[in-house]
Amino acid sequence: MNGSDHLARTDPGALYRELSRSNLPTTKKWYLGVALLSLVVLWGVGCFIYMMKTGMGVTGLNRPVMWGVFIASFVFWIGLSHSGTLISAILRLTNATWRAPILRGAEAMTAFALMVGGLFPLLHIGRNWRFYYMIPYPNSRQLWPNLRSPLMWDAVAINTYLLGSLTFLYFGMIPDLAIARDHATGWRKKFYSALALGFRGTHNEWRRYHVASTIFAILIIPVAVSVHSIVGWDFAMAKVPGWHSTIFAPYFVTGAIFSGIAGVVIVMATLRKVFRLERVLTVVQFENLGKLLCTMSLLWGYFYFADFLTVWYNRNPEEWEVFRSYAADYLPLFLVMIGCNFVVSFPLLCMRRVRRSIPALSVVSLMIVIGMYAERIMIVVPSLARRNDPFIWHNYFPSWVEFSILAGALALFLLLYTIFAKFFPIMAINDIQERLFQTTDRKIGGVTVESIGMPHDTGKGGHG
Amino acid sequence: MNIKWAMAIDLDRCTGCGACVVACVAENNIPVVGEAEVEKGRLMQWLRVARYWEGEYPEAQAVYLPVPCMQCERAPCETVCPVYATYHNEDGLNAMVYNRCVGTRYCANNCPYSVRVFNWFDHKWEKPLDEQLSPDLTTRSRGVMEKCTFCIQRIRRAKETAEEEGREIRDGEAVPACVQTCPPGALLFGNMADPHSEITRKLKDPRRFRLMEHLGTEPRVVYLKRQKGAGR
Repeated sequence: MNGSDHLARTDPGALYRELSRSNLPTTKKWYLGVALLSLVVLWGVGCFIYMMKTGMGVTGLNRPVMWGVFIASFVFWIGLSHSGTLISAILRLTNATWRAPILRGAEAMTAFALMVGGLFPLLHIGRNWRFYYMIPYPNSRQLWPNLRSPLMWDAVAINTYLLGSLTFLYFGMIPDLAIARDHATGWRKKFYSALALGFRGTHNEWRRYHVASTIFAILIIPVAVSVHSIVGWDFAMAKVPGWHSTIFAPYFVTGAIFSGIAGVVIVMATLRKVFRLERVLTVVQFENLGKLLCTMSLLWGYFYFADFLTVWYNRNPEEWEVFRSYAADYLPLFLVMIGCNFVVSFPLLCMRRVRRSIPALSVVSLMIVIGMYAERIMIVVPSLARRNDPFIWHNYFPSWVEFSILAGALALFLLLYTIFAKFFPIMAINDIQERLFQTTDRKIGGVTVESIGMPHDTGKGGHG
Repeated sequence: MNIKWAMAIDLDRCTGCGACVVACVAENNIPVVGEAEVEKGRLMQWLRVARYWEGEYPEAQAVYLPVPCMQCERAPCETVCPVYATYHNEDGLNAMVYNRCVGTRYCANNCPYSVRVFNWFDHKWEKPLDEQLSPDLTTRSRGVMEKCTFCIQRIRRAKETAEEEGREIRDGEAVPACVQTCPPGALLFGNMADPHSEITRKLKDPRRFRLMEHLGTEPRVVYLKRQKGAGR
């Protein structure tokens, strides 16, 4: 590292201009993108209103498949949200300093994926206009929600997680908002001043910030684990062959983190390209994410192996019929799932060349996201389609209304992200600055002081 | 008197004629959804006569299994409803409050017998068919789950009559439509808490079994096994 430019490299103003390029002038492209996304969202909303007015019959659902792609999407989006927690909390506690450039992007992804995921149960219910029956509000008939239902556990867990991750996102952003305030003009200055809560960067403020963020990091991990365990229990608590399994909770958490990391890789590769962040978002971040993906893929494969082996050996007819449908009507979906999540992706992720190539890793990540979506459908649908009584067996295929709403949800996520990137520092400027300080040699007088952290450190060197 | 409603279904007597289903549709204002919807698996009937085949052609024999709601003692549908739309009533029936239902459809997933049906659409009866609707039932809008109630409106009426006359409800006074209709008399309904009722006697039959008993749902519907042999 050349020591002479260390001041320029770590100057907050320069960093702000470089890292928050997204905040600065609004281009035509941005308006075009937002308009396009809004159109898709509106189409989705229109289809939802049509579904609400006509009845759930406009979907492909039936008896016995009462839950379909809406529930699969719910699990999928909640799963994607586990990325941010992993990166900002678990990696923080393990002192992995390489995470600094992906921190904010992943945390924002958590918040928006949760918002989108949380919509699905509301879209899915038969009488959406009566959703508030599930809220414990005081009423004259003294009716309360049924807390024995896993759906209520879900509602509580997801709300806790959403509030927690929004707080986490905002709290981590305060010092960066202060930098933005110091370097912005016009209405943006007012906007950032209000949000920065008067953060000036004194020693005391930083000390409190660090203590609080460590506490946050510790507290959010059990919440994240509980959220996806409970999503798993929505299925595992039921008397449905193929769902009723003790493996579901840990397996759902693993799957969530797996798809979450894949999501982060895609988001980061996009941000890097769009906002020209090549200097901060280097191959190091992607390679490390690739290693994590490799581990999670192995873990995912192990869970599936364990689950399949026990059912195959046991041949309990009820469960065996579900597994037989994997090899018949649901074979394409099954192959996509197994191929994308393990058979193809795992060997690729083992290759250093793939992990160090950002386009290659992005393609593998996209594959994993698709594979994990297929996996969620595989969990929800075949088990219901092959219920205990063969007389009512029936398959399911989503209708155009369901596809439209799914597209609308994806567009909503992208839209929220685009708007966030426009108004907030999408890179964790302070964390990156801290890391740059550690990895840059410094000149003091005539002497060059070597950096305390290695540029490619993975958390072992430096103070973190 | 303590009341525990129960039903016995004698598979030896069932001919699979489906009269019980017709009676149920007529009694409970069940919409007829049409062929296209039935193809999609959206039959609204509360009671189905499942048909299975035993043996290979030409020795094949049809086996009929009428499946109403089992009114489980330990009903899996009740615990999973987030709003208590389905609950256990004082007679041990698994009751359904349509107007409380938000339509999560979790109950239907958790019912191993798959006897719950969902209102995928609003259903209308063309004139003059609307004249046949029973006024004793709650209407069900789209997005609401419904299921066999053991004809709770008939049970209520019988109980009210007994109360007005200041006496206990008599055996055979409350009869669901399917039981009343069954031509070969395969269905029997009554109070199994009453030691002298016909159902109590019937439930002692050594042929008795309950559907998917291993799941621990403790159904209130008891089947009497078909016997093989001459003349059957």
